[in-house]
Amino acid sequence: MGFDDAPIKPQCRDALHEIYHLLAGEIDDVKREQIAVHLDECTPCAEPYDFYAELRRCIQQRCHDTAPPELLARIESALDHEPR
Amino acid sequence: MADQARFSELAMEHMSSLYSAALRMTRNQSDAEDLVQETYLKAYRGFGGFEEGTNLKAWLYRILTNTYINAYRAKQRRPDETDLDEVEDLYLYRRLGGLEAARASRSAEDELMDLFTEAEVKTAIEELPEAFRIAVLLADVEGFSYKEIAEIMDIPIGTVMSRLHRGRKALEKLLYDFAVTHRLAEPVADPAP
Repeated sequence: MGFDDAPIKPQCRDALHEIYHLLAGEIDDVKREQIAVHLDECTPCAEPYDFYAELRRCIQQRCHDTAPPELLARIESALDHEPR
Repeated sequence: MADQARFSELAMEHMSSLYSAALRMTRNQSDAEDLVQETYLKAYRGFGGFEEGTNLKAWLYRILTNTYINAYRAKQRRPDETDLDEVEDLYLYRRLGGLEAARASRSAEDELMDLFTEAEVKTAIEELPEAFRIAVLLADVEGFSYKEIAEIMDIPIGTVMSRLHRGRKALEKLLYDFAVTHRLAEPVADPAP
């Protein structure tokens, strides 16, 4: 943390603005490389990147449900009744 | 007519993923099961129009999303769009990022994973206003590209991005509320420096 103490540089503003897009793989290669270089040298930006990367993993891992076996049986039975 | 064996071979492996998304959409197990079944029936009937080699999962999600919007949404109360203007960028990080340093004995990764239970993450997504919820679900849970989401939801990519922007803010706020309500109110009275 440290954004509240120090003035934010334009590179920081750019990098932080793109966190979600970069983590979603929606940034072009040139911009991705620019941000990677910046994060290597700027801890106040690298920390929120790590935080949001972990948040993304957390959200992905905690949203999986397994379909009940009866549902598969129901669907297969319904498909059996469809005209071939 | 579609080849049922071929259809089942390709499509059934996505059932749990579709079921998970259906649960987040309908917020109800019985409706979710019906939605998934209807999705598979429609997909089977339209399978002749599916071009093998293209993204079957995205194609199935498009059917799921359209079916949900057309058939199930009418049953839902329309959630209030909470005022997100006061949710600044890095909202959650500014409030919880410091916890990692505060509990130095464990890795930062373990810390955040411990913070939110499976039930809380699911509930937070389910509480998102609907237009945001589907976009966030597709992007941040299922990992579809913005372009794929635009096709699945049949909206322009700019609309996808604005819904994601607002949906992610809303999700951060909901998660923070869980963190405060359940665990952090006492141990961390003043979370952000």
